[in-house]
Amino acid sequence: MGLRWLGWAVVAAVALALPQVLPLYFTHLVLLTMIYGLSAMSLDLLAGYTGLTSFGHAAYFGAAAYTVGILTTQHRVPPALAFPAGVAAAAALAAVYGLLATRAVGVYFLIITLALGMGTWGLAYRWSSVTGGDNGLPGIPPLELGLPWSTSDPKHLYYLILVIFCLAAFLLYRLVRSPFGLSLRGIRESEGRMRMLGYNTWLHRYVAFVVAGTFAGLAGSLYAFYNRFVSPPDLHIAASAEAVLMVILGGAGTLFGPLVGAGIVVFLRNLVSAYTHRWMLILGVVFVLTVMYAPQGVAGGARALWARWRGRAVTPPVAGPGKEPVAER
Amino acid sequence: MSAVCLRTEQLRKHYGGLRAVDGVDLEVRQGERRAIIGPNGAGKTTLFHLLSGEVPATAGRILLFGQDITHLPSYRRTALGIGRTYQVTNLFPRLTVLENALLAAFGLRREKYDPFRAAWQHRQALEDARRLLEEFGLWEKRDWPIGSLSYGEQRQLEIVLALAGRPRLLLLDEPTAGLSPAETQVVTRLVAGLDPQITVLLIEHDMDVAFQVAQRVTVLHFGRVLAEGTVDEVRGNPEVQAIYLGVGEL
Repeated sequence: MGLRWLGWAVVAAVALALPQVLPLYFTHLVLLTMIYGLSAMSLDLLAGYTGLTSFGHAAYFGAAAYTVGILTTQHRVPPALAFPAGVAAAAALAAVYGLLATRAVGVYFLIITLALGMGTWGLAYRWSSVTGGDNGLPGIPPLELGLPWSTSDPKHLYYLILVIFCLAAFLLYRLVRSPFGLSLRGIRESEGRMRMLGYNTWLHRYVAFVVAGTFAGLAGSLYAFYNRFVSPPDLHIAASAEAVLMVILGGAGTLFGPLVGAGIVVFLRNLVSAYTHRWMLILGVVFVLTVMYAPQGVAGGARALWARWRGRAVTPPVAGPGKEPVAER
Repeated sequence: MSAVCLRTEQLRKHYGGLRAVDGVDLEVRQGERRAIIGPNGAGKTTLFHLLSGEVPATAGRILLFGQDITHLPSYRRTALGIGRTYQVTNLFPRLTVLENALLAAFGLRREKYDPFRAAWQHRQALEDARRLLEEFGLWEKRDWPIGSLSYGEQRQLEIVLALAGRPRLLLLDEPTAGLSPAETQVVTRLVAGLDPQITVLLIEHDMDVAFQVAQRVTVLHFGRVLAEGTVDEVRGNPEVQAIYLGVGEL
């Protein structure tokens, strides 16, 4: 227990000291990691915890970002209003799409979310009068929330985003440990049994879908104000796939694994691309190695190593063979 | 005489031309222990699926304490007091023993929607889970993943999950299938020692178990009720003997 608190204290100290110590460029990469990490963590709620792999998660991220972009650049809505409006738009979109997507599970769920995500991208790409089409929406103002200090200073902005990220991560952390979070894992393992235990499993899946979309929207709102520019690639299928990649790299079904995965993708993309255009190749190799040698992702693998180092088996000895259930005698 | 717990009227389930359950009339009184026996493919498990709501009926009615539940989804039937176990173990394999029991304990509680407080901080649900796990001797292994339990322990956990919702009608689908003789004795004693208010319907291939636990026996054959009566009546029935000895086979 003491060790755990020490660990959190170290993480907090590092997070607070980062912008003072690191060059601005690295602070920028850490910020992107937090923003994409939040989106990946919300996706993990579906993919890792509930067992529903969504291939259209960028749609909610992008819907929030575009809402912020449209409201601030075309309607002069102040950031303090546009920010929650972006989150609300993502939640509303997830509430509608969820009605369609949660009718299915497994690969059908994946295909429906993929189609919905592509449709949303098409809207952003083609509805030029509102979304700016291929050009996107430049000129989003900085995130001035009427606070006593200015967020145009990148260090101040870092702390603001850090606080919002930590609040969101705290809520997700509580959620995955709550009875509701437990019910999602139960649905992943055996939905039929869950129904027989008295759960309206569709309702749980639907709520999980909307919650995941809402948190992705929070990340999208942050992204719009941080990047000051939104364009169709932000909600393209490739962005959705990248979120799935972050979840798998970091460890599906672990809350902070996807944050690690986001860090790997963000840093690889930005650092390796300085040397070669083929950074995707490097990312691919990392991905293959992860799947081969740490199929539970970096966080899952680290957890197993930690348990081994502590000298205690991760699981007690498994029951011997020959104990398979006999269907009918 | 005690109230009628479960009644089915001309209950049917047809898969195309296959009549898995072909007009079954059952009447089970509260507190009764009823065994359902019959050869492979007789429709026993399909009958359970119909009763639990996991498969929709083609025709007929199901009444639970006089209430028509024929068209209710399974989670609503659980809320009305039906609990069941599965022939093929159906647990949550990547969760621990305690998490399995907690899921069952939360099933009919409103706290199952709580997204903020940790699951183990809900005292009442935790207490329910602990009481059942202790009763079944699984509390010591509460932090074990399911895969580390012996098969016999998994079968017992099946019953724990079904009992957590305090069912009025318990459907046990071959609780002793695949168990060693010693484990079979343990489970048989557990079932025989259940609260006498609970009505138990039991599918069982092991005649010794069926006859130890049940007062009355229903014999299914090709989706129909072939015979029904006390243990001795069914034992002495020539048709039943023919099926089980293979004399009158088609």
